[in-house]
Amino acid sequence: MKVLVPVKRVIDYNVKARVKADQTGVDLANVKMSMNPFCEIAVEEAVRLKEKGVATEIVAVSVGPTQAQETLRTALAMGADRAILIQTDQDLEPLAIAKVLKAVVAEESPELVLMGKQAIDGDNNATGQMLAALLDWPQAAFASEVVIEGGKAKVTREVDGGLQTLNVDLPAVVTADLRLNEPRYASLPNIMKAKKKPLDVKELGSLGVDTAAKLKVVKVTEPAKRSAGIKVETAGDLVAKLKTAGVL
Amino acid sequence: MAVLVIADHDNATLKDNTHKVVTAAQAIGGDVDILVAGTNTGAIAAEAAKIAGVRKVLTADSAELGQGLAEAFQDLIVGLAGGYDAILTPATTQGKNFSPRVAAKLDVAQISDVIEVVSADTFVRPIYAGNALETVQSSDAKKVLTVRPTAFKAAAEGGSASVESASAPAAPAKTHFVGQEIVKSARPDLGAAKIVVSGGRAMGSAEEFQKVIEPLADKLGAAVGASRAAVDAGYAPNDYQVGQTGKVVAPQLYIAIGISGAIQHLAGMKDSKVIVAINKDPDAPIFQVADYGLVADYKAAVPELMSALG
Repeated sequence: MKVLVPVKRVIDYNVKARVKADQTGVDLANVKMSMNPFCEIAVEEAVRLKEKGVATEIVAVSVGPTQAQETLRTALAMGADRAILIQTDQDLEPLAIAKVLKAVVAEESPELVLMGKQAIDGDNNATGQMLAALLDWPQAAFASEVVIEGGKAKVTREVDGGLQTLNVDLPAVVTADLRLNEPRYASLPNIMKAKKKPLDVKELGSLGVDTAAKLKVVKVTEPAKRSAGIKVETAGDLVAKLKTAGVL
Repeated sequence: MAVLVIADHDNATLKDNTHKVVTAAQAIGGDVDILVAGTNTGAIAAEAAKIAGVRKVLTADSAELGQGLAEAFQDLIVGLAGGYDAILTPATTQGKNFSPRVAAKLDVAQISDVIEVVSADTFVRPIYAGNALETVQSSDAKKVLTVRPTAFKAAAEGGSASVESASAPAAPAKTHFVGQEIVKSARPDLGAAKIVVSGGRAMGSAEEFQKVIEPLADKLGAAVGASRAAVDAGYAPNDYQVGQTGKVVAPQLYIAIGISGAIQHLAGMKDSKVIVAINKDPDAPIFQVADYGLVADYKAAVPELMSALG
């Protein structure tokens, strides 16, 4: 079974995003960038499927700037077999990314697309579901467990108030939630090996996909700051303050 | 101009999130209709019809809609979309599951997690875990939005909209429901509770979490929440998680116990009216957003708090 894993290069999980003074966006100059954490979980799950003998080939794909090659190398070091970069300096919306991925799926014919549920920059939580819709494939979003058997993926999903289990016919799109697994750190020998694995670079324009923006960013601002309040000395003081504030 | 709001319910009762999304719909303007899709929709639709200012309530009944299958919701809503200029869904896990499929089928952008309606085509949404707010203007003829319910006031009741049934879509051929485990709780729903008591990694175990957090929550009639660290460590179930990647809450009172206050947790609770933090580390970031901070070990502070509450 071939597994396609889309990955995104984003601001590192531990870095606090800062809004640019001119309100045009978030300042990413000289900021540490990494693989989106949910994408890491998706790569890890694909590698585990390969280790179990379920997946035969893992193809990592990213849509982004030249530097996204580093992100793809990370996926290769974790265990992906080869990588594709669809290169563009445009900041694409989720629907455009889904259209690009649909074109990649048409070329690669994977039986499973395994991807993160959300990127921690745009926080849209939309691309996987959109890809499934464009392909007319079943989806299992927010997965916390994935079992492949008999041409189906049995997926436990995190839903409002608990867990739900679905069986989806392959090919399907599965999006990874936080508790699907804990991604491994790539070992030094694997990082070295990853440098020799194939990484194809294609220009976005060569795919012939309409990626025009549908949204105009008017401005990006900082949220209203919440200021620190007061320290109380005892639990009794706390209860008195809360009663005065009218919340108890 | 007409706006369709997808109701939030559990196949038994209508949830307050629906009232809040109706408020967002009214800010866009035009006629507001509500779609109740699932099972047992008659009773839920009767509740939805009472929301003031609603033109009509549509119902669609099928097992697959009751199971929340994204493919079924997609087919139903895309089929109804012709009559609407905007389709608004609460940004719950369920809404986030199907709404992007609807947007993709309509070839429009989804504007996720809207917290403010500036005008009929311009919306504000948080990005980067709530560290920035993005104002976007849509050029799509039809707008597909998920709306963060905590950012809007609930629409009042007092209406008497008509109820009509819509035909349910065919069962999805390639997705099969196996089962679900929904946690039954006598406590209020985390997303709608007036008071939330949350525990963090400092609890150290699931037993301790239950022993410390739950009695305090029950005393206050509060919902129970948890930080991602506590959920990841297995101290609390996943649906307790408050934060950017879990639930976003905005209660009247949020009490954080043994929670350091990682950015991703703050993104899920910083719009609460009053925030209380109890933590033994005086430098914990949670104190920077807390209205009332108590620097103390929760082991001593929580029992004292229980007795001070009487």
